[in-house]
Amino acid sequence: MIYLNAFIFAGIVCALAQVILDTTKLTPGHITVIFVVVGAFLDVFNIYDRLILWAGGGALVPITSFGHNLTHGAIHGYNTEGVLGLLSGTLDLTAAGISAAIIFAFFMSLVFEPKD
Amino acid sequence: MKQSYQEIVSKNSPKENVFMNAVIAFISGGLMGILGQFLIDGYTVWLDISTKEATVCMLVTLIFLSCLFTSLGFFDKWVNFCKCGLIIPITGFAHATMSAALEFRKEGLVTGIGMNMLKLSGAVIIFGVVSSFVFSLIRMVVGLI
Repeated sequence: MIYLNAFIFAGIVCALAQVILDTTKLTPGHITVIFVVVGAFLDVFNIYDRLILWAGGGALVPITSFGHNLTHGAIHGYNTEGVLGLLSGTLDLTAAGISAAIIFAFFMSLVFEPKD
Repeated sequence: MKQSYQEIVSKNSPKENVFMNAVIAFISGGLMGILGQFLIDGYTVWLDISTKEATVCMLVTLIFLSCLFTSLGFFDKWVNFCKCGLIIPITGFAHATMSAALEFRKEGLVTGIGMNMLKLSGAVIIFGVVSSFVFSLIRMVVGLI
């Protein structure tokens, strides 16, 4: 059942982004930024946590979960370490993703030739 | 004269089929969601780890596959076909990083790869961090009241 929910949720997010992309003059960069900000906002009152419980991987794969993790880390940092935790906790949960993207991209760009 | 020219251009330029694009994005994005959930379930069973760790493993796997397929050259065609179905999932982030690194590779290690790798995906990180800071500040103030 969670697979169906994952399909529906991730599909709706992507279709919404596609409609925005086709009907306005925004570039894909704008769209991803908008979705990250929306994800960050949805975590303020724990709405996104409920979406993750409902849709599982479908809510974790879209870029909105990136924003959700940023806010989640910042709030968790504030609860455990106080005001300084707002800064130190922000990248806690997303660090793996960012580091992985940078490390893989660096070594693969050394190995592979660009194909045009 | 200029107006009639623009009318001709708008009449003959190919129309983006909004509905078909949305359906393709829905299906491909949904399949990405299923793949994510499948990997999470798989890692929890195979490696015997918690769901939280399996989520990180799943994201790293998707980023790795996206980087690999981009450097092998055929991920661009997939992105052109599925558009937002692959841009909005985390694969789009990895794809942007990887293609920038490949594109500026010949300009050198530091001035090429180092300075330009996050050219496209840096916007996501910067706006994500700034907005999450503002939102958690709001949450903090609300909590204090």
